[in-house]
Amino acid sequence: MRSPSERPALEVRDLETRIDTKLGLIKAVDGVSFSVDHGETLGIVGESGSGKSIAALSILRLVPKPAAYIARGQVLLDGEDLLEKSENEMRKVRGKRISMILQDPQTSLNPVFSIGFQVVEAIGMHADAPRKTLVRRAVEALRRVRVADPERRVDDFPHQMSGGMKQRVVGAIALGSFPSVLIADEPTTALDVTIQAQYLRLLKDIQQETGLSIIFITHDFGVVARMCDKVAVMYAGRVVEYGPVREIFNSPAHPYTKALLNSVPAVEEDVDRLYSIKGQPPAFWDMPKGCRFEPRCDVAMERCKTEYPARLAKAATGSGGHYADCWALEEPEWIPSRS
Amino acid sequence: MKRYLVIRSLQSLLALLAISVIAFAMSHLTGSPVDAMLPDDAGPEEAARLTRLWGLDRPLYEQYFVFLGNALQGNFGDSIKWQGQTAFGLVLERLPATIQLGGFAIIVSTIIALPVGVLAAVYKDTPFDSAGKLVALLGQAMPNFWLGIVLIWIFAVHLHWLPTSGRGGFSHMILPAIAMGWFQVAAFMRLTRSAMLEVLDSEYIKLARIKGVPERRVIWVHALKNAAIAPLTYFGVIAGSIFTGSVVIETVFAWPGTRLLAIDAIRGRDFPVIQAVVVTFAGVFIVANLIVDTLYAYLDPRIRYQ
Repeated sequence: MRSPSERPALEVRDLETRIDTKLGLIKAVDGVSFSVDHGETLGIVGESGSGKSIAALSILRLVPKPAAYIARGQVLLDGEDLLEKSENEMRKVRGKRISMILQDPQTSLNPVFSIGFQVVEAIGMHADAPRKTLVRRAVEALRRVRVADPERRVDDFPHQMSGGMKQRVVGAIALGSFPSVLIADEPTTALDVTIQAQYLRLLKDIQQETGLSIIFITHDFGVVARMCDKVAVMYAGRVVEYGPVREIFNSPAHPYTKALLNSVPAVEEDVDRLYSIKGQPPAFWDMPKGCRFEPRCDVAMERCKTEYPARLAKAATGSGGHYADCWALEEPEWIPSRS
Repeated sequence: MKRYLVIRSLQSLLALLAISVIAFAMSHLTGSPVDAMLPDDAGPEEAARLTRLWGLDRPLYEQYFVFLGNALQGNFGDSIKWQGQTAFGLVLERLPATIQLGGFAIIVSTIIALPVGVLAAVYKDTPFDSAGKLVALLGQAMPNFWLGIVLIWIFAVHLHWLPTSGRGGFSHMILPAIAMGWFQVAAFMRLTRSAMLEVLDSEYIKLARIKGVPERRVIWVHALKNAAIAPLTYFGVIAGSIFTGSVVIETVFAWPGTRLLAIDAIRGRDFPVIQAVVVTFAGVFIVANLIVDTLYAYLDPRIRYQ
């Protein structure tokens, strides 16, 4: 048994989220597991449609109803399974223990309510305090995310702020009740590059101050390198490779991860053509029987067509360290994973 | 906010002034009013005397200012058709009945349509939504004169629950209000539903849920305040016409409102009354729109800070 302090802040086990679409029932998240320790940042990387956002929303149990639902798995927050909680109990988790920052700051804030109203509400949902206290805390929360002159800004409306400033407000809303886990769903994709750098710096600083665990969803390996301790690479609803960030960058195991890393253009090199992965991701309603990446894979074997690969762990780092779902790894360095 | 309302009010005054010009011009469009007023056998001296007496020999702009000055004091002259009554007095006498019916119809429509529209969006594609759709379809498809007659036939003639027509107690208002309001209920409901569907799908609603806001508050506070803008716009379009009444409804239910007065005055070429009606209606339209603009500004800060 591990002691509570060693227990991950959040652990997702074998999560499966289905969506009922016109084309049939699809498994948008298909047996996904990952965990994030206190003060740690986990990056979830994948293309659009790989299931990373649905996985994130599944943690908060906010998948779009009624089409989507969580079919099985566990979401353990400090050891408690969130999937067993009632809707009412779940509300006390959202925003209080797990928060989330959405992708586009231009649309994440409600245009008809003032900044103050929205931050105060977020804090007031989880604190029984007089309004004056809540306003003071809201101002503090805004100051923590480096909103200049927060006492005055609380009366502003979203349309009076820049995109970067709005995303800070979203950050203040997310962090206002001091959650232990923050899910950031591509929080900087919609920001321009300099604002993006500032925002990432800010998240890092806040993490260092508070010991926050962050799940960082992105498709940008540059952001991963900067922010994350661990990475889960998702493809077609599954985690195909998982490991410490340095391992993933230095010795990527799954052909998909390699291809993704190859797609990041290096600034020093002068190339005529940018690398891109051939083909398209499989459609969810028409999944290959074997490995889902097989049709696009350069090293695919006969076996890959018929059998989904075993989960293999890199022997050197031990199980739970660095693993990948790929038949090509069946060599002495890689051993069957226990997880 | 204050600035916005001041600007809107000034614009309204300007509109009212423009309408007063039109109302004034109206009486001159069909030729000299003198010809219309004098008996056929009156001589030219008679006409000249009347022209001088009424100041019709003065320049037009002078006549307009006299008209405007009088109109501002509520003086549109005496009615021609209804001897011994002032034109404005006639309008004022009828106006309460019209506003009462219109106000009742609009309040009831809103009370029904708004919640049903919201719930139809929340429970999209359920039997509740389908039932709402049916009610809306009926409201949009039935012409109100027909609906009025059918309502009278069922509830007054057969069931004897409600009076057939005329103005009296509360019970007199029910049938005309239904006949008048059903169409609006349909429009309001559908507009609210589609606006809510769009809003409920938005990122800020997702964020509200992420914050831990209870679903009821998400719907009735976060979503509705955004979605209300669309039905309010429609309200702005119809509010004026609802508060000035409906010829059809007033005819079917013999409701003594201003629209009937207007029709009678037009038939009798009673220009003072027509002018009084036009200016009063314009006033009602402008006040209604001013109220809608104020509500707009309350709902949407982006309008407030323009």
